[in-house]
This record gives sequence, structure tokens and C-alpha cells, in this order.
Amino acid sequence: MIDEIVVADLRVWPVNLGEHVGSPLQKCKITKMITKETEEKILNLKERFPKVKTAILPAFHLLYKDVGYLEDEGMQKISELLGIPILEIYEAASFYTFFPVEKIGKYWIRVCDNLSCSLLGAEKLIEYLEEKLKIKVNQTTPDGLFTLSTVECLGSCGTAPVMMINEYYHENLTKEKIDKLLEEFSSSTDPNSGK
Amino acid sequence: MPEKILFKYIDQPDQYRIDTYMKNGGYQAVPRVLKDLSPEQVIDIVKKSGLRGRGGAGFPTGLKWGFVPKDSPKNRFLLCNADEGEPGTFKDRELMAKNPHQLLEGVIIGSYAIGAHLSFIYIRGEFAFEAKRLEEAIDEAQSKGFLGKNILGSGYDLDIKVYRGGGAYICGEETSLLSSIEGVRPLVRLRPPYPAISGCYSCPSAVNNVETLSNVPHIILNGAEWYTKVGTPKSTGTKIFCLSGQVNKPGNYELPMGTPLKELIYEYGGGIKNGKKLKAVIPGGVSTQILPASKVEVRLDFESLIEAGSMLGSGAVIVMDEDTCMVKTTYRLVRFYEEESCGECTPCREGTYWLSRIMRRIEYGQGRMEDIDLLLDLCDNIFGKTICPLGDSVTIPISSSLQYFRDEYEYHIRNKKCPMER
Repeated sequence: MIDEIVVADLRVWPVNLGEHVGSPLQKCKITKMITKETEEKILNLKERFPKVKTAILPAFHLLYKDVGYLEDEGMQKISELLGIPILEIYEAASFYTFFPVEKIGKYWIRVCDNLSCSLLGAEKLIEYLEEKLKIKVNQTTPDGLFTLSTVECLGSCGTAPVMMINEYYHENLTKEKIDKLLEEFSSSTDPNSGK
Repeated sequence: MPEKILFKYIDQPDQYRIDTYMKNGGYQAVPRVLKDLSPEQVIDIVKKSGLRGRGGAGFPTGLKWGFVPKDSPKNRFLLCNADEGEPGTFKDRELMAKNPHQLLEGVIIGSYAIGAHLSFIYIRGEFAFEAKRLEEAIDEAQSKGFLGKNILGSGYDLDIKVYRGGGAYICGEETSLLSSIEGVRPLVRLRPPYPAISGCYSCPSAVNNVETLSNVPHIILNGAEWYTKVGTPKSTGTKIFCLSGQVNKPGNYELPMGTPLKELIYEYGGGIKNGKKLKAVIPGGVSTQILPASKVEVRLDFESLIEAGSMLGSGAVIVMDEDTCMVKTTYRLVRFYEEESCGECTPCREGTYWLSRIMRRIEYGQGRMEDIDLLLDLCDNIFGKTICPLGDSVTIPISSSLQYFRDEYEYHIRNKKCPMER
């Protein structure tokens, strides 16, 4: 069990929240470990598909749900459980932007700033969020509660502007709606509240 | 309002439950297919219906299924492309959330037609709710005997698996989707061999969009001739248009192919927001050419839009009003492709980077007059020179905005600023 690791500079993967979540050498505490239950589920994936490598991406989803981001130990575990070389696990992990590769805030705010959302004022809302949370895009609040990112189209342009907080969509955004959401999340203990 | 096919029961709150779906005429096509029709007959009906792929390319569905070899000793796979990532498109999400069984029925029929016994629905990672709903629907269908071993006593087995993606736009490209399912880095592949010959796990496969497959049960039930009566002769059936941007009533509208763009924007969409004037429209998702307001009379079907110098694509209509800066819009779209380029082909990987830098300096008032030619030259070096269409797509907003709004580029360069700064 490691409770403190140094996030080395080899982790400069091109992820969405990417470039600036703290400095590359920032120390971060890993508080959560992959649970036995999740390990079981990952093991079960082995039989689920015609080829075992197909299980990599579903395993990432399980790890992400459990730990909140893809960390080395979790990926090592996936490699062991599925019997796939760690290199091939990293190779896939470094491509997808859906999973953070570093510890991020408890609530991950992902705001779409693609065309349809921009046309309806997404940029102003991102500025507003930066102002309210007192952080810039790709940063985490000092209390570790919120990480703010911008993302490409979330497939909800009919209800633009839109953002995700963890797994849930929040649509037809306005400044008032954001106020309400942030307030709700700041005082809540359930990671998926605000739905 | 013209008659809807896919969205007929979309407003019923329980339509996602199998009981409601069946009460509304669902799961009648599957027994018909399994009992009375051979795979060849199914393909024939779909061919005759003229159904064309709704994901963007518009390839005839029956033809695609027909390419899958029937005598192959290998397994065959049907893959439903639910990686809806084209900016402006949000139809598949609604189809999956509100009417998942309609899609499952289409997947069952398609799988039967090509002889697949395992089918994947590749859904984008962000659609967690929709993935869960599909999984629940699969369980329901299984318990009623529409999925699993020996479906309805026909001897045909089929398993459908929901597979969640990882937030990469490129995985909506069919060969990248196949790589993603195989668990390797999802880079695109050279064609030939086409997926019909060597697709998922190097086995014969067909990749179809959600909306395409959702049409199939209705075609089987009502016949090919019925379907060809809707729409235009070459673009049959209805199309779900995703209306977004600066309109009063954005949303999904299912309308017959060939509906005029003007009717969609002003009649169904309630016109431009805040009483402004229309400036430009992207008629089929950001990978299709921008059209100026003067072309608003165009009909929305495959042929008419090609004639007008654009494409139907995925049917995502993005509306821009008179206050929109076309340079800024184009810059935003180029940035999207820069972000989503998978990095496999040099022209796309490097080209999107430089195009984005040049667009940025024009937008922020540091452009030079020769930049316009430089943009076009770069586009020429990308278009048609990459494995997948993403490279082509990045050039499309640039060339089309330059074609119709060149004066805006020149204004930015001459006056060293964006005129629309608010």
C-alpha cells in the first residue's frame, strides 16, 4: 500500500484536463485503492468477450468509477488480472481522454465549448465558473472539491450550453443554474448528487 | 407535422420499457424475420427500401450487409456505432434513451441478415445513462426470449453487448471503432480490406449507425415500398435533424428527407433567436460545408445538399445569426480537429496543428494577407491524403468559409481585430 507517490514527469499524457493540473512533480496522495469487488468484476470481464484485450476499456471504466482516475497501481492490477502486458494497457490508456490520469477534484466539471455551446454563450459561462471557483480551466480548487475542464462536443447541442459534473449532464445552463449547482455540490457528500 | 417513424412514440414516458414498446407495436418485426424470411430476403427488402446510412456517409445499408460474405468460416459481427461525437449531433442519444428496444430490434434483424451471433453497441463513454438504459433493455429482451440462445424457437442465437468508449471522436470512424473494440490503440486502418471482409477481430463485420438500425424494424413490418414513398426517390424515408445554435426552438425533428432547410429553421425551429437575421448554416455536422443564408431554400436530402455544395452528413443543422464571426467559428472547428486528430497520418496530425495556429493569429488580429493562401495551400496538402476522413473534414470549414466569407478574413487581417468582439 502506497499512500504517497510522486507523480513523475513521464505522466505528461495528452489528456483533456491535461497540461496544467498542478506541476508534473506535484505530490499527490492516493487515498483510495481498487476494491476487491472491482477486482472481481475485472476478472469476470476476461470471459465476457471473444478476445481478452477487448476487456481493457471496460476495465478502465471500472477503475475510474472506483478510484476516480487511472493510476499506475490500478493499471498494474488490470494488467495482472487480465494477463495483458502493462505496456499495452498504457498504450490504450494514453489515447482516451475520458479518464483522468491524475488525482482530480471530487467533482469534475467538464464544460463543452464546441460550436453550438459557444454560440449560446459557453465561453461566458466558463469565465463565470473560473471566477466563482477562483481557478483557471484545468485546475483544481485548493479544497480538492472541483476540477474545471473544457471538453469537445458532449452530444447535447439541443440543450446547449451544457456541462457534465462527474457522470451527469447539466443542460440549458445559465449563471443562476451554475450558482445553484455549485452550492448543492459544495454542501453534498454524495459524488453524484445534483442530478 | 408530417408522420414520424422513429419518433412516433418518443413522447410516451414508458416507451423504454419492453411492455410499452410491445403495446405500441414493437417486437413484431423480429418474429416475422426469424420465422418467414431468409437473411437474403431481409437484405433484399432493405436494399429495395433505399435506406442509406444515417451516420454521415450515406452508404446504402442493404448493400453494406450484402458485402459480408455468407460462406465465410469465420465469425461475423454487427457493430452499432453509437459513438455520437460529431459536434451538433444529438439524435442517437435521444433514440437510445427513449426508445432503446427499437434499436435492439434493428440490431437483431441486422445481425440475422449478416449471420452474426455477437453484436456490439459501441456507445461513447459520456453517455453513461444511455448505456445503462440499453443494458436494462437487453436484459428485458433476453427475459422475453428476443435475445440469447434459440431466439423464439428459431434456432438463431444472438448476444448483444454494450461497449462504452473512452471519449475519442475518432472512434466514431468505423475502422477506429473496430480497433477500439479489439483493445488496441484506436488508430484508423487503411481500406481495403473493408470491414465487410476483415473487420472486428479480422472477421467479416458491418458497422451501422443507431438511426439507421432503428429504421430497419419499420421497413420489415411495412415493406420496402412503403418506405420509398417517404422522402425523395434517392433519399428515402425520414431523417432526424438535430437543430442547434441560435434558433428559438432547438431540438431533434424527424422530418421526411427533402424537407427545405428554411422550413426546418423557421417553421419547426421557430426562427432565429432574438429576431436576428440568419447568416450561415452548417447543414450536416461540422464536417460539412458551411452554407450562407442565401442557400436557405435548399432541400435537406443527400442529393440536393451535394448540389448546393455541402453534404447531409449526420443531419446536424447548426444555425448562426448575423452577429457570428465566421473566422472565430472556423477557428473553433479547426481546434476541434486538432484536438481529435489521432496522430496517425502526418498531414492531419501536423496540418491540423498549423491550421489552428494560423487561424488563431488571424482571429486575434495578427494575421497576414498571405495567410489566406497559406491556409488553402495547407488544406490542399491534407485533403485526400489521409487514411480516414478526419483530415478532409478539417479543410472543409476553412475552404467553405473562405468561399463565402473571405471578406471577414480580410477584415480581420486589415484591421488587426475581430469585428464581432463583444
